[in-house]
Amino acid sequence: MDLNLTPEELAFRDEFRAWLQINVPKDWADWREKPLEESFPYLRAWQRKLHDGGWAAVSWPKEYGGRGATLMQQAIFWEEMARLEAPPMANALGLGLIGPTIIAYGTDAQKKKFIPKILSAEEIWCQGFSEPNAGSDLAALQTEARPGDGHYVVNGQKVWTSYGWVGDWCELVVRTDPAVPKHKGLTVLLVDMKSPGVEVRPLRQMTGESEFNEIFFRDVRVPAENILGKVNDGWNVAVSTLMHERGAYGARLILIFKRNINRLIELSRTIQRNGKPAAQDPVLRQKLAQCFAEVEIMRLNQLRAFSRITATGAPGPEGSIQKLFWSELNQRLQQLAQELLGPYGQLLASDGHAVDKGIWSYGYLRSRGNTIEAGTSEIQRNIIGHFVLGLPRSY
Amino acid sequence: MQFGLNESQEFLRDSARKFFAGECPIAEVRRLMETDTAFDANLWAKLADQGYTGIIFPEEFGGVGLGMVELILLMEEAGRALLPGPFLSTVVLAGSVLDTMATREQGKKYLAPICRGKARATVALLEEEGTWDPRDVCLTAVNGKLQGEKLFVPDAAVADWIIVVARNGVFLVDSQDPGIRVEPMLGMDLTRKLYSVQFYDAPAEKLGEADGLSRALDIATTALAAEAVGGMQRTLDITVEYAKTRKQFGKPIGTFQAVQHQCADMYLETESARSAVYYAAWALQQRAPDATAAVSIAKLYASDASRTVGNRGIQVHGGMGFTWENDLHLYYRRAKASETALGDATCHRERLARLTIDAEVVSAQRA
Repeated sequence: MDLNLTPEELAFRDEFRAWLQINVPKDWADWREKPLEESFPYLRAWQRKLHDGGWAAVSWPKEYGGRGATLMQQAIFWEEMARLEAPPMANALGLGLIGPTIIAYGTDAQKKKFIPKILSAEEIWCQGFSEPNAGSDLAALQTEARPGDGHYVVNGQKVWTSYGWVGDWCELVVRTDPAVPKHKGLTVLLVDMKSPGVEVRPLRQMTGESEFNEIFFRDVRVPAENILGKVNDGWNVAVSTLMHERGAYGARLILIFKRNINRLIELSRTIQRNGKPAAQDPVLRQKLAQCFAEVEIMRLNQLRAFSRITATGAPGPEGSIQKLFWSELNQRLQQLAQELLGPYGQLLASDGHAVDKGIWSYGYLRSRGNTIEAGTSEIQRNIIGHFVLGLPRSY
Repeated sequence: MQFGLNESQEFLRDSARKFFAGECPIAEVRRLMETDTAFDANLWAKLADQGYTGIIFPEEFGGVGLGMVELILLMEEAGRALLPGPFLSTVVLAGSVLDTMATREQGKKYLAPICRGKARATVALLEEEGTWDPRDVCLTAVNGKLQGEKLFVPDAAVADWIIVVARNGVFLVDSQDPGIRVEPMLGMDLTRKLYSVQFYDAPAEKLGEADGLSRALDIATTALAAEAVGGMQRTLDITVEYAKTRKQFGKPIGTFQAVQHQCADMYLETESARSAVYYAAWALQQRAPDATAAVSIAKLYASDASRTVGNRGIQVHGGMGFTWENDLHLYYRRAKASETALGDATCHRERLARLTIDAEVVSAQRA
C-alpha cells in the first residue's frame, strides 16, 4: 500500500497540468450557462485541441491514438481537468464508451473508419440502448433488424439517448433473432444517423432541459459491414460498453463533489442560523462533516477499485459499487445544500437573488436522475447481489 | 499509487485468519464470554508466540516493528473472529500509549513484557461524564498519587498496569497496589469486560503530559475501526450464506430483491468502511497532514456502518437472527460497544467539523 503518486504518475500529472495551463480556454465561464446547442461547436473545438495535444483519449492504447494510461493516470487526467475547470469534450460517449468498444470488438476496417474521427470530434456518437419498454431490463428491447441483401432493415424506437440531436453515428442494440432467449438474439449495429428513416426528437426532462432524445427508426437500411462484433452476440458487446460507463463516471465526479462540499462549508460560514453563522449550528455541522466524510470515502473506494482492477485486468462489478455510492451521495449532498440555503435554495439561475448562479436548485433537480441513469440503484444492487456476493438471480 | 496489500501483508492477513480460526473458533468465544474476565492464559501465550502482542512495537523492546497497515489487518482478523479478552486494551491502547510516550527506561520496563506476552495493561480515560475528550478529565495527580474513580476501563481485572489519564499528565499504576479497587461494570459486549477503577492514594508513575496522548488515541481509534470492519465482514458472510440456503416460498430467500438489496448495502457499507480504515492507517503511518481527519472519517463511518450492517444481517435472518444460539448478536453487541468506544460517530463528526469547517482553508484536493 502506497498512496503517494509514483514518479511516472507525477510526471504524467505535471506534463498534463503544464499543457492544460497553457491551453485551457479562459472564457468557458461565459459559455457554460448557454444551451448545449449553442456551445457545442465550442466543445468540439476544445476536444480538437486536446486531440492535437494527444490528450483526447488518454485511456486508449497508443496504437489507436491514446496514451495507454493506467487507471490512476486516467484519474489524474480527470482531476486536472476538473481542477482547472476545463470544459467537457464534445464527443464524451465516443471517447469514453463507444470508442473502447469498437477497439475491443471492431474489424480493422471499422477501427480505421471510425476511431480517428471519434478522437477529432469530427463525428459525434450517441448510444441507442434504452427503449420505452426496455430500461432496466435492457435485454427485452424490441427494436428489430431484419437481414436483407448485404444490409439490415431497422425498425423501432430508442429513448434517453444523450447527444442524439447532434449524433453522426449511433451504437445501436437491436434484436436480430426473436426466436431465441432474449439475451441471445441481440446484435450491435453502427448506424449512420443521417440515414433515411432516422428521426430524432428532444425529450424534455424535469430540469427543463433536453439532454436526451428519442430516436425513431423506420425502415432504416444499415450495411452488414456495420455490425459490431458477431451477429446475435450483441449482449456481450453492449455489456462491455456498460462496464466502461460504470467504471469511468466516478473518476471525474470526485473533484466536483469535493468542490461542492467545500463550497457548502464556505457558505455555512456566512449564512446565518439563529443569529450565528450556520457553521456554528451543531446540527448542520454534523451534516456537513458527514457529507465531507462520504465524499472522501467515495475517493478512497475509487482508488481501491482502481488498484483491484489493475490487478485483475478489466472493469468489473466494482463500477456498480461506485455508481451506487456516488449517485446516492450526490442526492444527500444536494439536499444538504437546500437545507443550508433555506429559501434561497429553490431560486433558479435566472433569478437575481440566486446563490452561485442557481447551481443548487439545478443540482437538486438534476441529482434526482443520478440514481436512475446509467443503471438504476436497484439494478446496481442486483449486480452486487448476484455477481459479487453470488446470490441467486432475482429475475 | 497502489491501494492494495503487498505480498507480506497478504501473508500476515491470511496467517492471522488461519490462526484465529484454529485457536479461537466461535465455540471458544462463547466459552470465554461466560467467564468473569473473558481472558485465557493459553490463548494469550499463543498470541504472543505469533508476535501479535508486539506487532507494531520496536524490536528493541521485543516487538516485531511492523506498521499501521499490518496492525489493522491483524485487528480486522481479530474482529472477524470476535477475539475475546484484553488484546485491544493491552496492545492497542496501553501499548500505543507506552510506545508513543514512555521513556526508553519505561519502555524496557513496561512495553517489553507486553511484547513478550508476559504482562497486560489497560488505559483508564473515562470518568462520570462519559466523554472521550482527554480535556474533560477531572482526576488529578497530587504529589505522585491518584485519588478518584475511572469508569468503563476495559479488562482492568486482568491488567498488571493501569495507565491513567489525569488532568496533569498520563500516569501508570500497578494494579496490585492496595490503593486500587477494581469492580466489574456489566456491559452489552460479553467478550470484552468493563470495570470501574477506584484510586485511594495510589502511587503513580508519570509517563508524560496528557496532550501527548493524541497519536496513541488515533492509532487505537483506527485499530478499533478495523476490528469493526472484521465484524462487519463476518456478519455479511454469515448473512449471505444464510440467504443462499434458507428457503421460503420454495426459493432461497436471497432470490428476493428485498433480501438481496440488504446484502448489497451491507457489502457497500463494509467495503466503504474498509477503504476509510486502510487510508487512516496509511495516513497515520506516513504522518500525513490529514491523518487526524482520516482517523475521524474512519471511526465515524465504521461506527454507523457496523450498527447498520448488524441490523440488516439480523433482519435477513428473521426469527433465527433473534435467537441466542445464532452468533450474530455476539457481533451486534461488540459493534455497539465499539461504536461508543473512543468516540461514536457524532463525536467524530464534531471533531472532523473542527478540522474542516473551523479551519481557515479547506484543502480542496490532494493529487
